[in-house]
Amino acid sequence: MSEHWRIAVDREACLGSGVCAATAPGHFRLDDGRSRPVEDDVEADDIVLDVADMCPAEAITVHDAAGNRLAPDSDIGPRTA
Amino acid sequence: MADPTTVRSYPFGPIHALEIDPTYFWLQDHEPLARVKLPYGEEGWLLTRYDDVRTALGDPRFSLAQATVRDVPRLTPQRYGGILTDQDPPDHTRLRRLVAKAFTARRVEQLRDRAERITDELLDEMVKGGQPADLAQALAVPLPGLMVCELIGVPYADRDQFRDWVGAWMSVTALSPEQRGDYIGRLAGYVATLAEQRRQTPTDDLLGALVTAQEEDDRLTAEEVVQLTLVILAAGYESTASQIVNFTYALLTHPDQLALLRSRPDLMPGAVEELMRWVPLLAAADVLPRYALVDVELSGGTVPAGEPVLLAKHAANRDPRRYEDPDRLDLTRDAQGELGFGHGAHHCLGAPLARLDIQTALTALLARFPELRLAVPEDRIKWKSGMAVRGPVALPVAW
Ligand code: HEM
Ligand code: SF4
Repeated sequence: MSEHWRIAVDREACLGSGVCAATAPGHFRLDDGRSRPVEDDVEADDIVLDVADMCPAEAITVHDAAGNRLAPDSDIGPRTA
Repeated sequence: MADPTTVRSYPFGPIHALEIDPTYFWLQDHEPLARVKLPYGEEGWLLTRYDDVRTALGDPRFSLAQATVRDVPRLTPQRYGGILTDQDPPDHTRLRRLVAKAFTARRVEQLRDRAERITDELLDEMVKGGQPADLAQALAVPLPGLMVCELIGVPYADRDQFRDWVGAWMSVTALSPEQRGDYIGRLAGYVATLAEQRRQTPTDDLLGALVTAQEEDDRLTAEEVVQLTLVILAAGYESTASQIVNFTYALLTHPDQLALLRSRPDLMPGAVEELMRWVPLLAAADVLPRYALVDVELSGGTVPAGEPVLLAKHAANRDPRRYEDPDRLDLTRDAQGELGFGHGAHHCLGAPLARLDIQTALTALLARFPELRLAVPEDRIKWKSGMAVRGPVALPVAW
């Protein structure tokens, strides 16, 4: 069984840049100009961490099943997750 | 399928001030997928409707990487492009992620005090020099240059030299390809030296962060660190400087909107978005064409797989299908979704910094100069020509 993660998008903070939906179309889509996760409960997939790190508004957060925040990363550099 | 029988030559004609050629709006209504031929490269499709342009920017069925192996429609013998803009996800994602972390709105917000200080100092100098003054040289050109120095971490002592190199590099028309190559070489050498210093003594500026990333993640090469720094310079300098001048011009020539903004400074963030929507920055839609990877259905027909599309963002931003009364500059409008910073994977990396520069510049201008006005009649303003971006060559103002 692979690990599951939870994705959340703060739609108030989202600027509608489209970075997430274009980079990980399987996981994010724009709805009324702002992003939503396609599913909020997903199998572990590095691309969602990348996108959370790339969001200019830091509107995307990813947590593991135990509730630890995996992204965005507080520091630059490779992911520690 | 779109009708490829009429091939228009593009661009349509000379541009004037910040006006938009009416051909774009005719095409929006009658030929939303228009076949065009540019001076160089293969034929392509010109997109003018908001929804279509946004799709081409944000939909992974359109590729920028293809442009590196095709005869891209273009205005000059050389094509635009480089690291980041030559790549599609997932290749693009690796680099963009690393560099994006220095560019979050939150991190840029920490530079706000610096932006205000630099702006005040530049305006003090302008006042000292007396009226009329050229707002471009006094404020719009130096401010983004100094801010990008802050961000990257260029030491104070080197800034004048650094800005001279960047300025020479950016003045495409004035230099031969050899001279430009020489300046780019010197800049790259200088950035490599700064990066090396950061390998010895880590810093928390953008270059320091990239160097740390390189040390922790061996997929990022020293060469990429330099390239990323240069692309940030190249992408951010002239566009921000031009927009500060263009936005000031737009306000001074729309006195009702200027008065509104003076009476309600809280409108500033939204006003900048509306100005981004309304002002056509690019001279033409030749910048970074996309290639359809498969047949893609757009509002005006199908773009066949393998063909390039050119994106008229400035026309899309005035599409009545998207914005009511689109030609009106209305600082109270919700311009969210405007395409001036692009959309999708390549959405402007520097948008938070550009917004900070522009908001700071306009706020200070309005606060310090209640009588700010053009110092020459509107029709005496000289506009750039033969450049990728539009804007007055100089903006003489009095106060
Ligand atoms: C008002 C000023 C600016 C405007 C209008 C602007 C506009 C744009 C646009 C439209 C794109 C996307 C191009 C495309 O997808 O076809 C872009 C990308 C980019 N911009 Fe800006 N920009 C501005 C300021 C800046 C600043 C200040 C910086 C950096 C300090 C910057 C750095 C970049 C970079 C690196 C990219 C490439 C991103 C990628 O390919 O992932 N820009 N910009
Ligand atoms: S990347 Fe961030 S700001 Fe951009 S659309 Fe996605 S959630 Fe919104």
